[in-house]
Amino acid sequence: MKLHLRVWRQKSKESGGHFETYEAEGLNPNMSFLEMLDVVNDRLTQEGKEPIAFDHDCREGICGSCAMAINGEPHGPNKGATTCQVYLRSFKDGETLTVEPWRAKAFPVLKDLVTDRSAFDRIIQAGGFVSVNTGQAPDANAMPIGKEEAEKAFDAAHCIGCGACVAACRNGSAMLFAAAKVSHLGLLPQGQPERAERVRKMVEAMDAAGFGNCSNQYACEAVCPKEISADWIARMNRDYALSLAQKL
Amino acid sequence: MKLDPRIPDGPLAQKWTKFKSSVRLVSPANKRKYEVIVVGTGLAGASAAASLAELGYRVKSFCFQDSPRRAHSIAAQGGINAAKNYQNDGDSVRRLFQDTIKGGDFRAREANVHRLAEVSVNIIDQCVAQGVPFAREYGGMLANRSFGGAQVSRTFYARGATGQQLLLGAYQALSRQIGLGRVRMHPRHEMLDLVVDQGRAQGIITRNLVTGELRAHEADAVLLCTGGYGNAYYLSTYARGSNATAIWRAHRRGALFSNPCFTQIHPTCIPVSGDYQSKLTLMSESLRNDGRCWVPKAQEDRRPAAQIPEGERDYFLERMYPSYGNLAPRDIASRAAKRVCDEGRGVGSSGLGVYLDFSEAIGRLGESTVRERYANLFAMYHEITGESAYEAPMRIFPAVHYTMGGLWVDYHLMSNVPGLFVLGEANFSDHGANRLGASALMQGLADGYFVLPYTLGDYLAQHKPGGAKKASETEAFWEATEAVQARTKKLLGIRGGKPVSDFHRRLGKILWDHCGMSRTRKGLEQGIDAIRGLRKEFWEDVNVPGSGEDLNQSLEKAGRVADFLELGELMCRDALERDESCGCHFREEHQTPDGECARRDKEFSHVSAWEYQGEGKAEVRHAEPLAFEEVQLATRSYK
Ligand SMILES: Cc1cc2nc3c(=O)[nH]c(=O)nc-3n(C[C@H](O)[C@H](O)[C@H](O)COP(=O)(O)OP(=O)(O)OC[C@H]3O[C@@H](n4cnc5c(N)ncnc54)[C@H](O)[C@@H]3O)c2cc1C
Ligand code: SF4
Ligand code: FES
Repeated sequence: MKLHLRVWRQKSKESGGHFETYEAEGLNPNMSFLEMLDVVNDRLTQEGKEPIAFDHDCREGICGSCAMAINGEPHGPNKGATTCQVYLRSFKDGETLTVEPWRAKAFPVLKDLVTDRSAFDRIIQAGGFVSVNTGQAPDANAMPIGKEEAEKAFDAAHCIGCGACVAACRNGSAMLFAAAKVSHLGLLPQGQPERAERVRKMVEAMDAAGFGNCSNQYACEAVCPKEISADWIARMNRDYALSLAQKL
Repeated sequence: MKLDPRIPDGPLAQKWTKFKSSVRLVSPANKRKYEVIVVGTGLAGASAAASLAELGYRVKSFCFQDSPRRAHSIAAQGGINAAKNYQNDGDSVRRLFQDTIKGGDFRAREANVHRLAEVSVNIIDQCVAQGVPFAREYGGMLANRSFGGAQVSRTFYARGATGQQLLLGAYQALSRQIGLGRVRMHPRHEMLDLVVDQGRAQGIITRNLVTGELRAHEADAVLLCTGGYGNAYYLSTYARGSNATAIWRAHRRGALFSNPCFTQIHPTCIPVSGDYQSKLTLMSESLRNDGRCWVPKAQEDRRPAAQIPEGERDYFLERMYPSYGNLAPRDIASRAAKRVCDEGRGVGSSGLGVYLDFSEAIGRLGESTVRERYANLFAMYHEITGESAYEAPMRIFPAVHYTMGGLWVDYHLMSNVPGLFVLGEANFSDHGANRLGASALMQGLADGYFVLPYTLGDYLAQHKPGGAKKASETEAFWEATEAVQARTKKLLGIRGGKPVSDFHRRLGKILWDHCGMSRTRKGLEQGIDAIRGLRKEFWEDVNVPGSGEDLNQSLEKAGRVADFLELGELMCRDALERDESCGCHFREEHQTPDGECARRDKEFSHVSAWEYQGEGKAEVRHAEPLAFEEVQLATRSYK
């Protein structure tokens, strides 16, 4: 199998970038997309050129490192999957694929397909936690939590912080990411004492980091590899309004 | 060299309590005068950094990923053990302790393991308080499942993403401290050397992976929480970036390396499908709660699974180990799978696979229950293989998964280099020659949340704060920085004919063939020769493009593979010198008539601890004897 690649190459944060084309040949449809990039990179190395830089680590859809758009779609064509979980059998032999980094104001490109997503960490640092020190916890079964609530909290907590939601949003909004954390903690009894403060601080951090506003297009939900529901955004908006009114 | 494990006196069950109530303390006002470096933000590193900062220490934290949340721990699937006995099925601290010692085939330190079992219960409390959404029963209580090597249900889990949820809990605690300014976080930084000055660990040298800048950081103590080194085998279930560099560099600076040959090969992974493959994917051990392993009774039986009648199937684990069945420990299950494949009864096109079959469970529980328990694992399997495990059995095969070996530490988790502490998978401490499932997460969090905060205080209380000199002023820092610079330059200057991956793959193949599931003297000797040859070739013919002054992933990989090429040789030597079989370490020369491990306790009831001697020189092997006072040394039986 064979693919034509148009890949974004950019030397550094400061420099401009451009597309370069590469022919990837002799591919096996059971290869993953990233394994295909490995092959291309080894060939570039052999030719004395610099390989394409891209973030990746677990290669099984959980660390949230891999982050690229394939033909304009963050994480490529498969629903509910990360880039590292895309296999070449999803493409047609001879197809042309355009590969780009996340495009968002709050995620500057560092090199090629690598972006700086530290703004997400700053949102969590602002309030995405329960303030409990090591050693302060009561017995784990002292506080029963209904099975369904626990499951719902897990659904929200499953976000991998990849940033595809931001890349897919035309406003570059981080609402889905933030809402997932606000909801994970807000759904559980442990998260109640700081519920109002948490959402306020996280929204402030989000604005400060340069993320845009949400205009309810839900492009985020469509690309999210963990299928985080956009309903959480409505929930967060409610919490935020209530927190401003000091009613939470 | 005499290795002093510094195990407190007194009865086993009281050692830790006694230790805690008698350790030296650092007063709250003094804590903020101490600076502590924590390398790694997995379960061990994130929990340690957060807990130390909460106590008031100044912490500098490092990881090579772009965010601390992406450490390899995030990928753990199945669960975490704790002796809560919430199921009323007879569990206790004592039983978890015994299971772990036995599971490790009597090659772990009793006192450490007992402490681990004791603090296991606090871990679950802490994680729940942080908001970790563990699985629950309808009544709202925490749910449990069973893992290998245990006859009780003590494993807590969050669907198939327990590691993710535990790590996010620790990451959130760490983030809170970063927000408060008590932890300074350095993501995309790689530690490339340890600085030892006046006999103590005083700092590290890092490379900023974006700008290439080398920097020296000084501190009153250094914690390495940098994970395992299983990627030496190239193909493994580890994240691609997992590496041995931090502990290997520390080893070269004097820290002893223990039991390097103890590597866990996990029985249930998706089989290799082609030589382009970059990693292997684990199918969690939890699947063996409901999945049954089998192969055809006949050799070369190529019929599809569904066409092989019940009577012509060999449920080999149930047959060989009736009392634990499909939940036999990992080393045993892996070897059994290898054995049936060696007999020509393996399945799949390569013949290197066995079935993990859920049809009985689906019949018993209904598909929806099975889906609820394992949906994400089945989805992952489907994505990779294109097959549905609801319809046909999974095909699985053993793969490299975890390293029990690591830097030697005493009861305080301190290495033989004063001030250098090692936590989590990076140390050798608690799992002996085989780790039981769901025990790594437990150990990482035990080390970081509940053990180190006590033992570090004891060390610091003996040293004045700010004892480490400014990095710009000492020769040790200069020397280390220059050494890193020189090595970077050397790697970039070779411009040979082969990419780094070529060497890594070949190293992996050598280790898998000679230092894998089955080992022999001859094979190990061949392995050592082959690795030496490969290492020489690497330094003459590797091609590392680009420069050292910016983001250069080829350079990162080259440095890591260069270290694996040294460590790989030590793994083989350790396997060669340990002339017995135990746990994961199966020397064909030493087996019982039915093919199980034959230990030689008189000669090898000890921990090996290797001392670096300099470039190209043979390392010296030391030993820390192990005494078994509470659990009788016995031949492990899961029959
Ligand atoms: C697929 C999979 C599933 C697993 N499932 C389970 C399970 O269900 N239950 C269980 O108990 N165990 C499980 N394990 C094992 C367990 O996940 C690991 O042993 C454990 O998470 C290791 O944690 P750690 O904190 O020691 O290291 P890691 O999580 O590996 O973290 C290492 C950290 O060190 C940093 N680092 C490394 N080198 C450097 C350097 N030179 N400079 C700077 N930073 C560095 C990394 O950036 C990272 O932050 C699983 C393992 C795998 C591979
Ligand atoms: S919400 Fe989804 S797309 Fe956004 S960061 Fe989380 S996992 Fe990624
Ligand atoms: S590499 Fe971890 S999610 Fe893709």
